[in-house]
Amino acid sequence: MNILYDEQLDGALTRVDKAAVLDDLQQALPDMTLLHREEDLRPFECDGLSAYRVMPMLVAMPHTLDQVETLMRHCHALGVPVVTRGAGTGLSGGALPLEQGVLLVMSRFARILEVDPDARTARVQPGVRNLAISEAAAPHGLYYAPDPSSQIACSIGGNVAENAGGVHCLKYGLTVHNVLRVEVITIEGERMTLGSEAFDAPGFDLLALFTGSEGMLGVITEITVKLLPKPESAKVLMASFDDVEKAGKAVGDIIAAGIIPGGLEMMDKLAIKAAEDFVKAGYPTEAEAILLCELDGVEADVDDDCNTVRGVLEAAGATDIAQARDDAERARFWAGRKNAFPAVGRMSPDYYCMDGTIPRRELPRVLMGIARLSEESGLPVANVFHAGDGNMHPLILFDANKPGELELAEDVGGKILELCVEAGGSITGEHGVGREKINQMCSQFQPDELTVFHAVKSAFDASRLLNPGKNIPTLQRCAEFGAMHVHKGELPHPDLPRF
Amino acid sequence: MTRTHHEQDAHPVQAERGQDIAEQLCEQVRRADANATPLRIAGGGTKAFYGRPVEGETLSLTEHHGIVHYDPVELVVSVRAGTPLTELEAALDAEGQRLPFEPPHFGPDATVGGAVATGLSGPRRPWAGAARDFVLGCRLITHDGKQLRFGGEVMKNVAGYDLSRLMVGAQGTLGVLTEISFKVLPRPAATRSLRLEMPVETALERLAEWGRQPLPLTAAAWHDGALHLRLEGGTSSVAATAERLGGDTLEAEFWNDLREQRLAFFGDDDGRALWRLSLPNNTPALALDGDMLYDWGGAQRWLKATADAETIREAAARAGGHATCYTPHAQGGARDPFTPLSPVVAKYHRQLKAKLDPNGIFNPGRLYEGL
Repeated sequence: MNILYDEQLDGALTRVDKAAVLDDLQQALPDMTLLHREEDLRPFECDGLSAYRVMPMLVAMPHTLDQVETLMRHCHALGVPVVTRGAGTGLSGGALPLEQGVLLVMSRFARILEVDPDARTARVQPGVRNLAISEAAAPHGLYYAPDPSSQIACSIGGNVAENAGGVHCLKYGLTVHNVLRVEVITIEGERMTLGSEAFDAPGFDLLALFTGSEGMLGVITEITVKLLPKPESAKVLMASFDDVEKAGKAVGDIIAAGIIPGGLEMMDKLAIKAAEDFVKAGYPTEAEAILLCELDGVEADVDDDCNTVRGVLEAAGATDIAQARDDAERARFWAGRKNAFPAVGRMSPDYYCMDGTIPRRELPRVLMGIARLSEESGLPVANVFHAGDGNMHPLILFDANKPGELELAEDVGGKILELCVEAGGSITGEHGVGREKINQMCSQFQPDELTVFHAVKSAFDASRLLNPGKNIPTLQRCAEFGAMHVHKGELPHPDLPRF
Repeated sequence: MTRTHHEQDAHPVQAERGQDIAEQLCEQVRRADANATPLRIAGGGTKAFYGRPVEGETLSLTEHHGIVHYDPVELVVSVRAGTPLTELEAALDAEGQRLPFEPPHFGPDATVGGAVATGLSGPRRPWAGAARDFVLGCRLITHDGKQLRFGGEVMKNVAGYDLSRLMVGAQGTLGVLTEISFKVLPRPAATRSLRLEMPVETALERLAEWGRQPLPLTAAAWHDGALHLRLEGGTSSVAATAERLGGDTLEAEFWNDLREQRLAFFGDDDGRALWRLSLPNNTPALALDGDMLYDWGGAQRWLKATADAETIREAAARAGGHATCYTPHAQGGARDPFTPLSPVVAKYHRQLKAKLDPNGIFNPGRLYEGL
């Protein structure tokens, strides 16, 4: 099934004349950069999910909030869809443009407005890079906790839109746990504040609702984040296993011992080899799996915890346990993990990164299922796993130049996500649904649940102009896609006509 | 495809009973929706004072109780909304775990559903997170009487909108919570509480300074001329920090008494209303008449005062926060317990309510008039 916007399945869009829209917006916003020539639009045709490309009708690059407000009012009046984009590093096609739509690029809002060390907050514009916040807070001994692997490039506005995670989620939470307040401009061009500088705000928790809403409810124009004191000490243990299942069990044993590691990551043999070839992290390439366990906090506690974890790992059958001797070695251990995606990218012309989550106890069964799918399809799969919080990143290796391989990879990916849903998990832990997983949403949610999502959407954007076609599938799309699936023993949507 | 195999009660009989009761609740909601009859959603009734009074037919959740699924190694528990909070806490305690946001009970009959619907959190909130931060998923009865599931039992899940967290603090105005999945955490190895005599200005300065350091602080309240601190963490760090900070040993029960509003401060009201001020970290002492108790390191302040709502709300707003009146209107509290919303935010509240509860049957008016 084609992933690009399909009006038959995703809903009709207003017919608009590009020249007329361009003329209207140029008149209303003479000082705003508005790209319209094909060669200027080309760089914006995809985000981090580069397999899917669509040329936007226009690209708007405002630099003032008044411009954003005016742009929204005009697009709303003209019925023109708006897709908001930050740094464009997203992996689910959340910022994939629409042919009939305006791509609203927020990258010019890139200022850190305030760092308040006593209140432990930072107020930033949406185009600020994730890592830049921690860098600005560092002189005060503070940092911003969520650290997606793309943190050197991804912007905080996109992090909020996707509820981005990272390798420290189990202990420090996702974006939703670390944002205090956002400023929003609605599709009608109104400004509103959600959350507050205090720990809560009156009314519904719209801040939580907007976090992870993938640009479907409003445009985020300013963010106030919580800053945390940098842990005094962080130590990393690397344990090797001759069996993936043993490594998976060791993860549960660490948590059963009452320890919540700052980071707890697992890689399988193929991922280890790729990372070792790429960054020479010192990984044991003969191991079937490794666990990286970072313990952070007050020095004395970290030492105690290291001893406890070492004992747990030994009892769980680790074949080797290494502790990073200094910060340089610790950074090297992590470099292998943080570069696992590009490392796998060197082994294969293309790879497709999945993002399912499962209860940890289901790991052996899901890994077996993935191995079976890999064998059946002939496509190798490397597994990188935020083991502590059950977030898997299987990387499917393929060659897009071989006819049919992209489709095969997508098919394997879709089946992996369905395995995750069957195991009681989710199709996405941190990358978002975007356009990529729009069909798999039909596996995770029933029509009634999707109907509630559509009701929420219509409360904020009745004319469906904000990022249409992303995040929540229409019931028509699910009827089409779901025809192949039997949900809870019943055919889905028996009341809907089949296309 | 099935999602039910991991949702088992310890006893199949209990599971069946749970389904029957859920179906009865759905039926009552369907009837109410058809007749546009307002429903007053009730658990143990311990937090009925919180918010505006609701007139309506009672929809009682207390029969819908029991822990559905608890796997300590996964750090996840799923529990029916009518379960007594004490029952859940005892089950977690038996496994060395807890709800880190330490919800207030306000009485022995407090239920899990009420704790989540009100979204209140105890003294650990600034360091550990709030009720909404630990909600992973829920089951919800919608206005048309369907029980649906949002979120799940996994730590990370960004598929679809976050309906579960939206329900936290919505006080049942958007739907009926029937089951909640929480992230739980292990109890720390060591705990100590300290009492240090100092004026409030010094206490606030110290807290700002300590806030930038990785100390094992998990509660800080200034009251009656002294800063009260709780340290939780590893044995070594708690001992070392306690030695460094000095002061007198404080009974741990102080924190329960603070959370449950059993301290003398909360006693006899002498005609003054009790207000909760929620403020940014590092807000200086405010010029408001009345008695003030500082919790959450100064970010949550309890005020006993006779001043009118506007005066108190203005002072809170100037500092970047808001104020909630805990004394019911019938007992002399403010007519509107919650700070009024800005016009645009209020508009989207109304539109959301109209979409999720078009006939206005769920706890109408509990948060705001007309909502």
